[in-house]
Amino acid sequence: MNRRLKETIAGYCYLLPALVILIIFRIIPILYSVRISLYDWGMAGPRKFVGLKNYLDVLSDPVFWQSLLNTGWFVIFSVPLMLFLALFIALLLNTKIKGLGIYRTVYYLPVVTSIVAVSVVWKWILNPERGLLNYLLSFIGVKGIRWLEDPRGLFDIIFSSIGVKLPTILSGPSIAMLALIIMSVWKGLGYNIVIYLAGLQNIPNQYYEAAKIDGAGRWSIFRNVTWHLISPTTFYILIMSTIVAFETFAQVWIMTGPPPGGPLGTTKVVMYYFYEQSFELWRLGYGAAIAFFAFLIILTLTILQRVGLEKRVHYA
Amino acid sequence: MLLPFIWMILTSLKTPLEALRFPPTWLPEIWRFANYPEVFQEISFFRYFLNTVFITAVTLFGIFLTGVLAAYAFARIEFWGREVLFIVFLALMMIPLPVYLVPSYMILFNLGWIDTYWAMIVPWMVNIFSIFLLRQHIKTLPQDLFDAAAIDGCSRFGALWRVVVPLSKAPLVTVGVFNIIASWNSFFWPLIVTHSDAIRPIQVGLAYFSREQSTNYTLLMAASTLTILPLVILFFFAQRHIIESYARSGLKE
Repeated sequence: MNRRLKETIAGYCYLLPALVILIIFRIIPILYSVRISLYDWGMAGPRKFVGLKNYLDVLSDPVFWQSLLNTGWFVIFSVPLMLFLALFIALLLNTKIKGLGIYRTVYYLPVVTSIVAVSVVWKWILNPERGLLNYLLSFIGVKGIRWLEDPRGLFDIIFSSIGVKLPTILSGPSIAMLALIIMSVWKGLGYNIVIYLAGLQNIPNQYYEAAKIDGAGRWSIFRNVTWHLISPTTFYILIMSTIVAFETFAQVWIMTGPPPGGPLGTTKVVMYYFYEQSFELWRLGYGAAIAFFAFLIILTLTILQRVGLEKRVHYA
Repeated sequence: MLLPFIWMILTSLKTPLEALRFPPTWLPEIWRFANYPEVFQEISFFRYFLNTVFITAVTLFGIFLTGVLAAYAFARIEFWGREVLFIVFLALMMIPLPVYLVPSYMILFNLGWIDTYWAMIVPWMVNIFSIFLLRQHIKTLPQDLFDAAAIDGCSRFGALWRVVVPLSKAPLVTVGVFNIIASWNSFFWPLIVTHSDAIRPIQVGLAYFSREQSTNYTLLMAASTLTILPLVILFFFAQRHIIESYARSGLKE
């Protein structure tokens, strides 16, 4: 037996356990989901081939577009907010202050704790009558925000106070969605701070020294040195937190409703809509079509990340 | 940042009446530690806890086993199709859960595994990212070590066991910590593949508890505290390692 064949047999023997599981629980399901999406497929009863009908139905389903819009608001608000807060805090922590370890631990704690427990706790904090947040806000004169129950859009509230009526699509995230955004930023912040800190520590000191010698001010140093050299990290965080935001589910299941996704469907995100169609209504074909569109969006973002990292981002 | 956690613990030590008072008290007037034992009476919390420990432990064992073997093959054996297969693995990592969730459910259903521990363990016994981490590490080990082992009459598997594993402690700990956190906190999958209360893991148990008793705040906060406690303890012991491995893994991608 030649050496090459021997190596090949050995290689696959070592890979066998991983391969078997991946084939059964990843590869076959991925291929199979294409088939399911072409059928009117319930958990029981007859299955009918419907071609591309599920995909077309999804595209003309107002609730799907609503869920996409909800997810969009979640992303547009939570991702930049998280990014700037994380960079700001990382910059503060990077100045060699005492007790960096403690700060890092404090910010990181929400990252390792479970989303379920954290959602349960935040639901209590956001309670409109007895919650901690409204109590604290009452000191600065803000009273009676019905956090998880208020379906009114943020921009809608702002603009209607000056008498402008906005179209529904521009009404912004509902107050309930805003509550989920605040909670999710709190939960994910620590991860991004740590990534930023690692990025900041990779910037060679001589750039700062050179900038100082050239007489650059603090803001100028930040703008022209730090922000430029940290851009690969920023781009990574931008894409990763967008992908994570698309997978938001537990917060909605636990904190909103009943029924979850409420009030008035303003917190129904894509992932929850997929869950509801697939595992509550058992419209598996339809669910598979929703999953396909979600995948398409995430794939686009991933490709953007690759292209962006190669072209637009500055390296040291 | 810590306030939600502090508030959780403070509420968990109040009487139900005091918890509902507004404006709220900060420190409990009566410290009611009995909330904690009551959680165990109210729901099968201890059962959930054991379920989670069991699921986490067996899953982790599987991840180590499949991970070390696959990483070793990718890093040290020149088999036919290696590069292609590795790309396939990496591509699989990028496919989001909803795409394979429904058919996986059907496969589990046909295996008769829905509502069993196997449904929560077996599909997760491979973690591609862990394979990737281990492979990167094993690739950096010097070939001389393997040659020396071969000369000493060590078989290929022997080299894996005697050379690779002892020299991979740091990445193995990283893999362990990552996956313990992921298993302990996993919610979506077990929510879907379990129906009966007796095999629910802790996260699903807590989630249902919060739906059924949505106003029983003192007990809910006590249950939440108990749910996150094991990971918080793990985190305090291994925080440096955890934070640094997250930071590194982020930059590598």
